[in-house]
Amino acid sequence: MTQTSARFPAMLANLNTLLSRYGESMMWLARYMERIENLARLLEVTEAFVRNPDGSPGWDSILQINSDEDRYAAIYPLPATEENILAFYITESTNPTSIRAMAHMVRENARSARPLISTEMWMQLNVFTRSMMELSTPDIRRHGLSGLCNRLKQDCQTHFGITEGTLYRDQAWLFYLLGKYLERSDQITRLIDIRYHTLLPSGETSGSQMDITQWGSVLRSAAAYHAFRRLQPVTTTPANVVGFLLKNEGFPRSLMLNLRQVDSTLSALSTHYNLRHQCGPLQERIINMRATLEDQTAEEIISRGLHEYMTYIQDELAALQAEVSATFWPAAPVTVREEISIPQ
Amino acid sequence: MNRPVLQSPIPSPASAAQAPAAKAGMFAAYDTSDFFCELMRRTDEMPPSLQTVRDRLAGFDLDELRHRTSTAEAQLYRLGITFTVYSDREAIDRILPFDMIPRVLTAAEWDHIDRGVQQRVKALNLFLRDIYHERHVLRDGIIPADLVLNNPNYCEAMVGVRVPGDVYVHINGTDLIRDRSGRFMVLEDNARTPSGVSYVIENRHMMLRLMPDLASGMPLRSVEEYGLKLHQTLCEVAPEGVTDPQVVLFSPGIYNSAYFEHVFLAREMGVPLVEGKDLIVENHRVYMRTVAGLRPVHSIYRRLNDEYLDPLAFNPDSMLGVPGLVEAYRRGNVTLANALGTGVADDKAVYAYMPRLIRYYLGEDPILDSVQTNICAEEEGLAYTLANMDKLVIKPVGESGGYGLLIGSQATQTELDEFRAKLLEDPSNYISQPVIDLSVSPTLCPSGVEARHVDLRPFALTGKNTWVLPGGLSRVALRKGSLVVNSSQGGGSKDTWVMAR
Repeated sequence: MTQTSARFPAMLANLNTLLSRYGESMMWLARYMERIENLARLLEVTEAFVRNPDGSPGWDSILQINSDEDRYAAIYPLPATEENILAFYITESTNPTSIRAMAHMVRENARSARPLISTEMWMQLNVFTRSMMELSTPDIRRHGLSGLCNRLKQDCQTHFGITEGTLYRDQAWLFYLLGKYLERSDQITRLIDIRYHTLLPSGETSGSQMDITQWGSVLRSAAAYHAFRRLQPVTTTPANVVGFLLKNEGFPRSLMLNLRQVDSTLSALSTHYNLRHQCGPLQERIINMRATLEDQTAEEIISRGLHEYMTYIQDELAALQAEVSATFWPAAPVTVREEISIPQ
Repeated sequence: MNRPVLQSPIPSPASAAQAPAAKAGMFAAYDTSDFFCELMRRTDEMPPSLQTVRDRLAGFDLDELRHRTSTAEAQLYRLGITFTVYSDREAIDRILPFDMIPRVLTAAEWDHIDRGVQQRVKALNLFLRDIYHERHVLRDGIIPADLVLNNPNYCEAMVGVRVPGDVYVHINGTDLIRDRSGRFMVLEDNARTPSGVSYVIENRHMMLRLMPDLASGMPLRSVEEYGLKLHQTLCEVAPEGVTDPQVVLFSPGIYNSAYFEHVFLAREMGVPLVEGKDLIVENHRVYMRTVAGLRPVHSIYRRLNDEYLDPLAFNPDSMLGVPGLVEAYRRGNVTLANALGTGVADDKAVYAYMPRLIRYYLGEDPILDSVQTNICAEEEGLAYTLANMDKLVIKPVGESGGYGLLIGSQATQTELDEFRAKLLEDPSNYISQPVIDLSVSPTLCPSGVEARHVDLRPFALTGKNTWVLPGGLSRVALRKGSLVVNSSQGGGSKDTWVMAR
């Protein structure tokens, strides 16, 4: 009998065999886990800190951040009540932005990518998603909203930690990172856009001192409060907060840092996995976005129109996601490239 | 934690002959009735290795064993070593219940099984090659042509198609049972897409984690090699001229009840797990969609039945398959494992002819016995079956998983009458066999350690040669008195220990 292992040495060297479906699943796995963590933080901060002018918790702003107003109104009466908002965002399986629906999506993507992800990752996701999908309203009441949100954040962070420590670093990892950084970029722009305009509705000057608690809550929603304090111990102005969340180079959820990470992830795919051809146009888009961010101060962005700029970034991110999909997992039948169809 | 006391050196033959510890400790109330017991055997022929296992087990505390069982089941659940059961409204993940008391096979018993399985696989492959080419076996009148050519599993698309190495059944599972005397018999061959091998390996891992005090120092044959051997097999049967074959495992996808096993095997082989939508056929060649574009695929371990593989060739409604796959296969551009059309060889009616087929192709007597089988398509077989319904097991030939069978001795008069009508309506759909008193194995049950019936499915891989995994899936019927071991019908499983000496 011939030595099979000696006859087929090239198997391990074949770097370009990541299935498109795996790339897609890894990307969405990361995006949904980021989204769950983010939503948990938002719910918790809203309950504790965000107030309407009459002093009641500002639940409406969550609907705006997630662009969920219409979907919500289709299921529940307006104005939004705390009970309905929590049901909508935690247990409502017909709402795709609820914890339950997102946990389901995480589970499907994790099952699809199960041949690739580490056993430790799978075990934690298996237990986490199952318990989230079984969450009921009495569970929420029993543990309290902040108890639940803390658990959610912790489970998400456990996932990110296990992944960092155990997932093999190949293309699957890079697509996972791409999803994570794109999601963070998107989330931070949504948060800034909505909260800025609910706090400063009528063109008040952005440089003025304002309600410290409310702007603190914006920072807390992005887990940025203490980092910001360290950097800006004296003055909290809207422009400072916006500038920190958009442009800070060291804060893990700032737009600047995440766009840079998207760029370097694409570079890694391009150079290490011979995907130059595919990554080129994607990187160009990112470079343009980064340039608009680097070339303006926060004050300039605000005076030229913060909402318009945030919309521009969100549109660009959506276009980038669509291009990633069309490039790496095209839905339409692919034609065989010539170099491949040469008979073996 | 209460660890059982370990003080059981392998006893001398003299003390084994007396077998004083047989009914001690955990086994004090153990009753095998008339059945052959895998662990207790007959006291006068106790192999030393079994004696050690038995003595160690006798020292275990029941509560301790129960505690470890619940730990094991919680682990299986967390690990997602589950199969999915679909009800009308939801998907439920179930674990295959795991029994902590291993089923032990001696080196001599395994040698017999190993040779017997190899012989059988050889005959199956020769038979398949013959019926899709020259059909000597039909012309020589060894088996009725009608039974083969009009068999629903006979695949016209395979006529005249050469497959690499003339191997059709690359992965085979042989279901074995033992009668009251301990004689091994083949119950059926599984030559399509036999499942369960992941449990063989995962059960061993679980055993070594949770029963180290039982396994320590025992000369167990390893089951770790399976993934490597499977990959090697699939490389060996790649289309001619391909030097670095791309192997994939083709699964129906995440909703399939055996998805865990597909993931397990893909990981063990280090190859992509693909679904139908990941594959595409162009110019009669198969490619997979990767982030870098299309990449050629050469060997496909498919875990879908023939009829779902290719909507152009078979079931046009199949959403799981790959259009054009069968034509690419027929042209020899890709290998499917197992080959198309192997279902005709593990058919329950063809089974009855296996001893004759072994003699015909190999000129040897069968190493493993078969169960005496009456073919209801034949006048004589039908008459005998009708006259002895209450003593026989009657099985539909096309079903698997223990569905649709009748165990005469356990049926009511009404059930017998109803079955008689079905049988008369379509006799050729049935075979009958005498009830075999399956062997039993001590099993942890709610009321203590009790005897439960077991079977054994060894797995054989065939590329250039045939290799039998030294172990196998021991399924156990958890309900008292039940002979049905299938997981879909309340069966569990045990770790299977093959002793090296």
